[in-house]
Amino acid sequence: MLPPRMKGFFGHYETGGFFDEMFEADGTVRPHYSKILERFSEMDSASFESKRALAEKTYLNQGITFTVYSGDEGTERIMPFDLVPRIIPADEWRLIERGLEQRLRALNLFLHDIYHDQRIVKEGVIPLEIIRTAKHYRPELVGLDVPHDIYIHICGSDLIRGADGTYMVLEDNGRCPSGVSYLLENRQAMKRVFPKLFSRHAVRSVDRYPQELLEVLRYVAPQGNPDPTVVVLTPGIYNSAYFEHSFLARSMGIEIVVSQDLVVKDACVYMKTTKGLKKVDVIYRRIDDDFLDPTVFRKDSVLGVPGIVNAYREGNVNLCNALGTGVADDKVTYYYVPAMIKFYLGEDPILPNVETYLSAVDSDRKFILENLENLVVKAANESGGYGMMIGPSATREEIEKFRAAISADPRGYIAQPVISLSRSPCYFDGKFEGRHIDLRPYILMGKKTTIVPGGLTRVAMRKGSLVVNSSQGGGSKDTWVLDESEATC
Amino acid sequence: MLSRVADSCFWLSRYIERAESSARILDVNIQLVLDSEDQSANGANDLWRPILSTLAEQELFESQHGELNGDTVMEFVTFEKANSSSILSSVTLARENARTVREQISSEMWEQLNRLYLHLQSPAARAAFRESPIGFYRSLVDQFHSFQGITDATMTHGEGWHFLQAGKYIERADATSRVLDFKYHVLLPSEERVGGNVDITQWMAVLRSCSAMEAYLKLFHGRVTSWEVAGFLILHDSFPRSIRFSVDALDQALHSISGSERGHFSNEAERLSGMLRSTLDYTTVDSIFQSGLHQYLDQTQTRISEVSRALAQTYCSWL
Repeated sequence: MLPPRMKGFFGHYETGGFFDEMFEADGTVRPHYSKILERFSEMDSASFESKRALAEKTYLNQGITFTVYSGDEGTERIMPFDLVPRIIPADEWRLIERGLEQRLRALNLFLHDIYHDQRIVKEGVIPLEIIRTAKHYRPELVGLDVPHDIYIHICGSDLIRGADGTYMVLEDNGRCPSGVSYLLENRQAMKRVFPKLFSRHAVRSVDRYPQELLEVLRYVAPQGNPDPTVVVLTPGIYNSAYFEHSFLARSMGIEIVVSQDLVVKDACVYMKTTKGLKKVDVIYRRIDDDFLDPTVFRKDSVLGVPGIVNAYREGNVNLCNALGTGVADDKVTYYYVPAMIKFYLGEDPILPNVETYLSAVDSDRKFILENLENLVVKAANESGGYGMMIGPSATREEIEKFRAAISADPRGYIAQPVISLSRSPCYFDGKFEGRHIDLRPYILMGKKTTIVPGGLTRVAMRKGSLVVNSSQGGGSKDTWVLDESEATC
Repeated sequence: MLSRVADSCFWLSRYIERAESSARILDVNIQLVLDSEDQSANGANDLWRPILSTLAEQELFESQHGELNGDTVMEFVTFEKANSSSILSSVTLARENARTVREQISSEMWEQLNRLYLHLQSPAARAAFRESPIGFYRSLVDQFHSFQGITDATMTHGEGWHFLQAGKYIERADATSRVLDFKYHVLLPSEERVGGNVDITQWMAVLRSCSAMEAYLKLFHGRVTSWEVAGFLILHDSFPRSIRFSVDALDQALHSISGSERGHFSNEAERLSGMLRSTLDYTTVDSIFQSGLHQYLDQTQTRISEVSRALAQTYCSWL
């Protein structure tokens, strides 16, 4: 029997020459999507539209929104959600899991090393200059020991697939990666809207994430305290990720605090309760290093808690992620991660990096400046889709602006070839169209390393766009990892 | 529990109760206007003015609106964003507070409150309001009742819930005293006498706005007099919107928070609420009218706000 092809409601879909998650280049469906194709091709725009409206209403009523400010009033928007799930077969997921676990192990060894002996520098693998000039490197933390030597407890590494479908790591987020609440809520929404799909697939559950996160947070309590008080620290309700902060606190059954709730006395952190002060042991902080303590970092921060860094240094409170992990987020450090894996673990990287040029290296810089219109240029310390230029779609002025910026600050930029990210069918105005996607899995490192099956699939909603960040109008999809029992032919 | 969270629970609950009271008052006033024998524009406006004094928003209204009539008052009390105690503002504030304590309250509570907020902002709410203001306010009150039911049925009756109760009953005691005072601000037409038809219609409106009509009529066999209505709404021990009932429930909530025994006090809020409660327990309608109903209500409102201040001082002084 011939494999099923695009048909029915899916009849007009085009893969457009890109690697498509659902279809082969010749239009036959990939086996792990065949049941989805069966179901969706029977639908029409009216029935699909009503499902879409139902999902949207679910998000709105639950207040799963982020705030967009324009003029004097903030409007609450929901993050666009697409109903076609992204499916990852079991064998692909095994590879991803091993690769991410390896990567986080190496990153944590690297952070411990650069805040202690700096072996990796002494043995000539990474130049001292790169570390020293990393924006988020904190020399004041050198020599400080953190519980179990874990720095990045929660990591969000972004994966993409290029033209041949190979998974590659695009960047690592080792500070405060966000988006996991969308992953969990997307699953809830899909279950509500398409309950029967789940009975036809062996989709691995994502429900345990909050409990696993809490286990990690409890495991890294100072002095091995077996019953620590753990809190989530948020910048407040006006932060665009506030929903997520409160969602996680609720799902873990712990308090969510803002800086005014905390006070430091005798190098210990306390929260102000109706029954007096209560000691806090572990803080899952969703505030960047810079704003955490006005007595140490930015003096103008009103989000911070004066004295908290001192309490941390004294070992009376633990912060997750640790201070100073931003050096691993630096896009120049990223370049060296494969070398780190080799250096610390003696292993070959399971997941490759995207080919990267450092403008700090003379020969690379020459190449970058000669090929700006064909490359993606990124500032080493920006995130959220800011500070980047996509050569082929950039204007003359933008290219010249980046040329000047790179020449002025070679350490501050990297360049990569344009990767045409894989595409997945998305529903727009009555039909399906391909959109570029990436994948952000969430890796937790405590006593053991766990990865919630799947991750957040982010979608560049604008046609042709390669930028998936929610701050740039990106959307998301539910991500299914199939159980081993699901045969994928 | 975090002091900030306790404070937010308290205010979340007060704002909900405040919005509900406003919806009740407006509903009843529409009916009062429709029942009025003086159907001239002036006559109707005379019946809308007291709403503003009851809700203590006269000055703001005058600075914003030229003309005082049913439409402008309803708009001002229901949808006006500049009016911080309009129904929309109260619901918005309740929701803002709820957002900061989402991990304390149940998801069901949050969703009910969020739905209500989204509804009030929507064109559908405006359409329903134009179609039938009475229907609109009734359905709002229903929504608030749902919120209370959901709260009791889905949230642990622990410290956070007790702070919600404290907020609810402080606001309710205050609201009931204001509704009674409303009658003081409504002037009887010059040819009408106290105890005459118009007077009785007005007292019945007061009862209705507290959902107290049926309970009252059962007790007094259909006889409506100012003394008995005021006595009922101030002193009845088991009608859930009377001042005495509300203060008793407030006192109970305060003792549940601290764990101290009823009849004793462990902080200033409990001392003040206990005193107010025992005054209400041993007061008669006669003595209230002797000292003057308006003065009595005024004094009660002051004492209620003193409890509120002491509560904040006791539990949230470091905020």
